[in-house]
Amino acid sequence: MTTAEKYVTAAYLVVFLVVLAYVLIISLKLGRLEREVAELEELARRRRDAEPERKAVAIG
Amino acid sequence: MTLLRAHRLPALAALALGLMTAAIAMVFFYAPLDADGFNQKIFYFHVPVALTAYACFGWGAWKALVHLWRHSPEADLQSYVAIHQGVIFGVLVLLTGSIWARYRWGHWWVWSSNQLVLFLLLFLFYAAYFMLRYSVEPGPRRENLAAVYALFGVVLIPVSWLAIHLAQDIIHPVVFTSTGPHLGGRELLTFCVSWAAILSLAACLYHVELAGKRLDARLRTLRELLA
Repeated sequence: MTTAEKYVTAAYLVVFLVVLAYVLIISLKLGRLEREVAELEELARRRRDAEPERKAVAIG
Repeated sequence: MTLLRAHRLPALAALALGLMTAAIAMVFFYAPLDADGFNQKIFYFHVPVALTAYACFGWGAWKALVHLWRHSPEADLQSYVAIHQGVIFGVLVLLTGSIWARYRWGHWWVWSSNQLVLFLLLFLFYAAYFMLRYSVEPGPRRENLAAVYALFGVVLIPVSWLAIHLAQDIIHPVVFTSTGPHLGGRELLTFCVSWAAILSLAACLYHVELAGKRLDARLRTLRELLA
């Protein structure tokens, strides 16, 4: 591999690695959002379970 | 049309993938070697990345203007994401440019080149945008301050662009002049495909990040409602 080829490879690798790092950061963020959704889901479920059961009342 | 709007992100990702594949193939198997030799292959990604960074900063400034005009938090979010993309592409410009310079000039950086220094200044200006944004509490005040800052920064773009033409030193290569591009037909086509590839990649990343930010905001609202 010539010196020029090495530099070109390095430049293209840099572009690839930066984009890859960005995708990694976004995937970490998605993981965090997923955990938050699960937490809120759990919170909503607990709320529903804690609510007293509504009794059926005849109307009229 | 509705179908395309609903699947905008996958469509953009597929377009970016296709164009990127085509660009890499054209750079290495279609574009001829010029006087600069094999090292010139860096140009096909370095220049489109730089133009895309300018476009992101410009888009961020436009959205900042929309925010100031309509007081829309969505426009503020779009401005923030566009500037974030611009800074990422700015990092790529500086890194790929330095690699090219190391081979051609024997130095990673040349302080005497006006264009290099002005681009660095533009990059640092927008990097400071995040420091300003996160030093103020979330709310209309932060949104307005960030929007005004983003608008000030856009002035640096034409200055940075013109610097190469006004500079006395001819150290940085000039490809696009007032008489047109100094490229052959195959080189110009490869350059255009590369630019389209980088632009579509930027658009794709912009929408991915924007979707994440919107989801984040909605989750915060939901958490407040459930608290």
